[in-house]
Amino acid sequence: MTTGAFRVAGWHLALYRRLWRMNLLSSFVQPLMYLLGLGVGVGALVDRNSASGATLGGASYVAFVAPGLLITAAMALGAIESMWSVMGGLKWQRGYHGIAATPLEARDIVLGHGVWIAVRCGLSATAVAAALAYFPDTRSWGLLPAVPVAMLVGLSFAMPIMAFSINTETDGAFAAIQRFVIIPLFLFGGAFYPLSQLPVGVQWIAKAAPLWHGVIVARGFTTHSAGALWAVGHLAYVVAFAFAGTTLAVRNLRRKLYS
Amino acid sequence: MTESLIVARQLVKRFGEFTAVDGIDVEVQRGEAFGFLGPNGAGKSSTMRMIGCVSPVTSGSLRLFGLDPATHGAQIRRRLGVVPQLDTLDTELTVQENLWLYGRYFDLSRSEAKRRAKELLEFAQLADRADSIVDHLSGGMKRRLSIARSLINEPEMLLLDEPTTGLDPQARHVLWDRLYRLKQQGVTLVLTTHYMDEAEQLCDRLVVMDQGKIVAEGSPRELIDRYSTREVLELRFTAGTNEALAPQVQGIGERQELLPDRVLVYADDGEAALAATHARGLQPESALVRRSSLEDVFLLLTGRTLAD
Ligand SMILES: Nc1ncnc2c1ncn2[C@@H]1O[C@H](COP(=O)(O)OP(=O)(O)OP(=O)(O)O)[C@@H](O)[C@H]1O
Ligand SMILES: [Mg+2]
Repeated sequence: MTTGAFRVAGWHLALYRRLWRMNLLSSFVQPLMYLLGLGVGVGALVDRNSASGATLGGASYVAFVAPGLLITAAMALGAIESMWSVMGGLKWQRGYHGIAATPLEARDIVLGHGVWIAVRCGLSATAVAAALAYFPDTRSWGLLPAVPVAMLVGLSFAMPIMAFSINTETDGAFAAIQRFVIIPLFLFGGAFYPLSQLPVGVQWIAKAAPLWHGVIVARGFTTHSAGALWAVGHLAYVVAFAFAGTTLAVRNLRRKLYS
Repeated sequence: MTESLIVARQLVKRFGEFTAVDGIDVEVQRGEAFGFLGPNGAGKSSTMRMIGCVSPVTSGSLRLFGLDPATHGAQIRRRLGVVPQLDTLDTELTVQENLWLYGRYFDLSRSEAKRRAKELLEFAQLADRADSIVDHLSGGMKRRLSIARSLINEPEMLLLDEPTTGLDPQARHVLWDRLYRLKQQGVTLVLTTHYMDEAEQLCDRLVVMDQGKIVAEGSPRELIDRYSTREVLELRFTAGTNEALAPQVQGIGERQELLPDRVLVYADDGEAALAATHARGLQPESALVRRSSLEDVFLLLTGRTLAD
């Protein structure tokens, strides 16, 4: 990591200070609303079903769904943060071009944005974890290691999407990514029920994305059922996405800025 | 003892099949104010971007401070100030935040960035707008802020791509004054412009570019002496008759030029040319004798006017 990357992260912080109130609402209040709605409403229904205990691995529904919310919130945040702001940097306010004229390089811009997104995901996951720790059903030491898992999942979506955003000419594709990637994964990615409830084909699609791997590791932590090697294996898959996305984003941005 | 900060030899920039810069030779000495003049699409910005080390050279050689941009881009950029054709300011941040943040990219400490920002705000006459959001500034103020920001690293050479395009005359004069002061402090200025008066005011030496090539080079005075007569007679005839009447001024002065709105007669003695025009029985609606300017040189060399 370069000092340049941290300068760029500082730039994102300065921009963020102008609109943190709005963001706080979507990245913190929203998952809590889901938790209350699902945990209290759906949870009561599910837990009354005697067979559900086995399917959920012996956890109450709220305890099952809480880490899922923590991780999906990070996915959504990571995705959003690597779309319009990238287009702004290249086309609208053109801040990336301003940075390109300094000693900094494309790599600093991409890594700096990544650092910033990791911080954002970490903060939002910490806030959600703090709220979860308040309720006896969801209180767990496993919430602590779930926060870095959320950061990794945020990056595993943010970095590949960033690589795409750098190359795309209009912002039209962003809504499509939300609709056809993020929302389906939110619903079918293993956050709200075990993937075993789905047809096998859909299961494979869900398992191909990094979300599910992050969700089951976080859940493994909060329900104290995670083996170290098993967790590392799944997290390696998540990290691979973040890493490949970063490499691609640096390459794309270098081409775009220095043409 | 002169030191060449820019040495370009047979410099070429291609975008795919299209050649934007077509083998130019340029040398700029420390302390000079050097200008690229040319119509739209001449290749000025493409050249400036190569000099600014944000655009790789297609062929030929380019050295800045004696260094190769392909291998020492970051090192060179550290010593440059760049005001691009399109502003890259953070429009939703304040004026001084823009300066501070940019200073950090050059590894200035926070306190040093703040100290310089304060000075530069005075220099750019923006001290009273330090806390304004950039979006709320006028075009001239934004341009001054762009220049102020480009100076945060105390550059040895400042690259300005059309620094005053779109500004009102008053704002342009303020900017010229600031650039002149920088030059006096020893900063090397390299600028592009469409404005002849700007080039005459600011540049010690300039090149005229057209279709990627350099078509003339020299000081503003040399270019005028070489390519134009001492004076120019501008004739305006009743609308629509320019074209029909133009042949009738043939032979007056050294050269004539037909423009959409007027006829130009190049002559060392403009009054004599006017008298000759009247003697032929021509009755222009208005006639004006003026000294030759760079505009006339430009017209001769590129076949285009610069007024846009
Ligand atoms: N990235 C690019 N890709 C393709 N063509 C380009 C690119 N940048 C510039 N060109 C082309 O190169 C030519 C020269 O452009 P350039 O911007 O250097 O001209 P200019 O002299 O700065 O013009 P202006 O006065 O309008 O700013 C133009 O025809 C332009 O379309
Ligand atoms: Mg240009």
